[in-house]
Amino acid sequence: MTGFVIVLALFLISAILVALFRLHTLVEVIRGKKDERSGNSNKVNAALMVVFLVTSFVLLIWYSVKEFDNYNLPVASEHGVTTDQLFWWTMVITGVVFIITQILLFWFPFKYQFSEKRKALFYPDNTKLEIIWTVVPAIALAGLVLYGLLVWNKVMQPAPKDAEVIEVMGYQFAWKVRYPGKDKELGGYDYRLIDAVNAFGMNFNDRASFDDFSPRELHLPKGRPVEIKIRARDVLHSFYLPHFRVKMDAVPGMPTRFAFTPTKTTEEMRAETGNPDFNYELACTEICGRGHFSMRLIVVVHEPEEYDKWYAEQESWLSKNPDYLSKVPSDMKELAMVKANIAQ
Amino acid sequence: MDHSHDHEHKETFITKYVFSQDHKTIAKQYLITGIFWALIGGAMSIIFRLQLGFPDMNLEFLRPILGGWITPTGKLDPEFYLALVTMHGTIMVFFVLTAGLSGTFSNFLIPLQIGARDMASGFLNMLSYWFFFLSSVVMFISIFIPTGPASGGWVIYPPLSALPQAMSGSGLGMTLWLVAMVFFIVSILLGGVNYITTIINLRTRGMSFSKLPLTIWSFFLTAIIGLLSFPVLVAAALLLIFDRTFGTSFYLSEIFINGEALPQMGGSPILFQHLFWFLGHPEVYIVLLPALGITSEIIATNSRKPIFGYKAMIISMLGITVLSFIVWAHHMFVTGMNPFLGSIFMLLTLIIAIPSAVKVFNYLTTLWKGNIVFTPAMMFSIGLVSFFISGGLTGIFLGNSAIDIQLHDTYFVVAHFHLVMGSASFFGMLAGVYHWFPKMFGRMMDSKLGYIHFWLTFAGVYLVFFPLHYIGIAGFPRRYYSFTNFDAFNMFTDLNSLVSIAAIVTFCAQFIFLFNFFYSMFRGKKAPANPWRSNTIEWTTPRVPGHGNWPGEIPIVYRWPYDYSKPGAAEDFILQTVPFSETKESNLPHENELIAEEEELKNMKVEEESHGH
Repeated sequence: MTGFVIVLALFLISAILVALFRLHTLVEVIRGKKDERSGNSNKVNAALMVVFLVTSFVLLIWYSVKEFDNYNLPVASEHGVTTDQLFWWTMVITGVVFIITQILLFWFPFKYQFSEKRKALFYPDNTKLEIIWTVVPAIALAGLVLYGLLVWNKVMQPAPKDAEVIEVMGYQFAWKVRYPGKDKELGGYDYRLIDAVNAFGMNFNDRASFDDFSPRELHLPKGRPVEIKIRARDVLHSFYLPHFRVKMDAVPGMPTRFAFTPTKTTEEMRAETGNPDFNYELACTEICGRGHFSMRLIVVVHEPEEYDKWYAEQESWLSKNPDYLSKVPSDMKELAMVKANIAQ
Repeated sequence: MDHSHDHEHKETFITKYVFSQDHKTIAKQYLITGIFWALIGGAMSIIFRLQLGFPDMNLEFLRPILGGWITPTGKLDPEFYLALVTMHGTIMVFFVLTAGLSGTFSNFLIPLQIGARDMASGFLNMLSYWFFFLSSVVMFISIFIPTGPASGGWVIYPPLSALPQAMSGSGLGMTLWLVAMVFFIVSILLGGVNYITTIINLRTRGMSFSKLPLTIWSFFLTAIIGLLSFPVLVAAALLLIFDRTFGTSFYLSEIFINGEALPQMGGSPILFQHLFWFLGHPEVYIVLLPALGITSEIIATNSRKPIFGYKAMIISMLGITVLSFIVWAHHMFVTGMNPFLGSIFMLLTLIIAIPSAVKVFNYLTTLWKGNIVFTPAMMFSIGLVSFFISGGLTGIFLGNSAIDIQLHDTYFVVAHFHLVMGSASFFGMLAGVYHWFPKMFGRMMDSKLGYIHFWLTFAGVYLVFFPLHYIGIAGFPRRYYSFTNFDAFNMFTDLNSLVSIAAIVTFCAQFIFLFNFFYSMFRGKKAPANPWRSNTIEWTTPRVPGHGNWPGEIPIVYRWPYDYSKPGAAEDFILQTVPFSETKESNLPHENELIAEEEELKNMKVEEESHGH
């Protein structure tokens, strides 16, 4: 019923509007022709240009200042500081261009609105001017490119040898994390070995996999370089740590990587943001299906000593799933039990 | 010279309005189909904006339309949300801003502005529209099938799009999407071949390339880009079809899904991305260049000034055309592509900002010291330039690979491309309709309604897309059904509501346009011969040009299209068909020398036979 009333009301309103419009056109026809160019509309529109310009700049500045702390995500990685700097420098340069060009774009129409008394300036070209405004943006962009290249190459350079290596795997619709264990070497995997329990497809012919462990959260040490080995099991996902300025796609069949150094522990970030419940989060940024928006994993950053302690306490995957000992070749079983810390 | 071809035609309703070979009718068919799709695509965005702006809203009232896609609790199904996002993108990019914009105005303006009776091949031109129509039908059907339309994003990245077990939209919906796109590409290629051939071969006497309006230049370059890039999408789609149907592994490797390890090995999802963006990036310019061409024409006409730097404008467009082919991988900085490749593409991407900047400065200088008439078309053109600046500048952030790490696939990207390519091109299309409506239908659109439409849409678009920059800088990822799962993204709810309200208002404002469009088509004021006092030769045709466009001989072109407010001239415009010998009072020194060549032009043989009969 309400639906019907709404439809009826909309219909009546549009009928009235149409009738008004017809009336308006008829009146105009009776009044006769006038030169539209110097008419009222032209003045009103010219004035509105300036009104629009001023209003939107006021809104823009007011909102940008008021909400700064909300949209400016605190940064918690070494390279994040440099990419943020690059971002804000680009903001300064493009901001200046934005302000100048938009002001001119709306000011000129107001200033040079049609007038019978004036004739436009016949000004088809000016080579010098055009060269200037080709070269100046070229120089500015060259600067940004150079700056960008320096930052990009630094961020993307291979991780140092002593980096903590951690594997993160995306699947529909969650993440799994695997640490190399005490031998600091991730065991091999094969997607054909994946089953309901062995989500990684860990290969137990590889001795390196015996002590690998898989906690529920991603734990990172503060101040130490970390290299994340990223892969996906089914479709594309993307490994995204907003506070660390880290993003890299997870691709089935093609492992990717991202190396970075966290600079603030979870506790420090809680103090900085004044939010005692703050947690770092891992999100997915590549469309992957109906649960794309829910691929959340908590990330915990510890002080290095704390991290080492946590690391040492972790039980190996094999010790939690002793059934898989049967997959270990018989000659390595003993070694596996030692490495995985399984009591005889 | 006499020509006898139009009176021998027996036009039936079918040949005149349905299977017409007349470029003007085909243009209108493209326009109407484009408007239809714009409404569908726009309505889809309103539905997902309701979800994003008012996540707690009961959407039960949409059940009559969406049926089972509304969950029993009155919420939008998360998978259908993705379907809406996907189809919105596909429809807007391909069906509205490629076919609706380029199809309409290339068809309508090329013969009229270069002085030709029709396209080089009317038949291919007709086929081009009907392939588009066929593609539209298939795509439209795909929206209503039980498993839903394609839902993996408009970029249809495999493996998601290749595996029906990954999401239901990757089943029949994806198959129909691929079939529709193949038909669509056939349509684009047939159209493109025709545009290029027509522009090269059928220019009237005197219409050298250096006298072509910038609209024609832009359509010409757009057609070339399309012809070179769209076939690559066919290849990409074909390989995807093989992967989906015949068990090949072009894009698939080491996949474990639904408890099953697939046999495919050795394929690369990244390969698809390279192929897709080899079209996908030029596509941005396929959408944008015609809009810029249209704007150049309208801004010059209504500033009553020559376009500033005609040659620079052409060189910029040429530069954009070439560069558009070698920047594609900037969509892939964080896909795991070699970082060195990232450096190269970053450099090339930022170079393309230079010709774009030149175009903006030239527009501004054209406005400077003009005598500006605010026709609705002019308003939309100014709006376009504003969007082009706002959206173009954010491209400098995204093109810089180091910044893109954080911004990739966030709302910052959404804000960027909706302004620079979506809204800007959409405004170009609207500007074109307002400007050439008198030539299309012989009547005027109501300008007051046009102004209301403009201001609502212009303010609306900024209110929709500007706030998305903040959300993007805050790191909100795209294509999220809801943000409440994450502490980091569980904010800006007010802003998201504002965006949704603005989107609804903007969408509703388009009905003002629709009313104006259809009302004026039948009841609008009769158009004068040259309502905008423009220089280009389409305004020398009859009020409603018939088949063949000019009743007599096609006029000769003597001058460039931008002789506005020439010192010495009585009027503030001189049509391209006015010889220099008649305007001695306003001629520049080198133009006086051209008078000698006029006789030669008049004696040139007219090759009317080339017109297809």
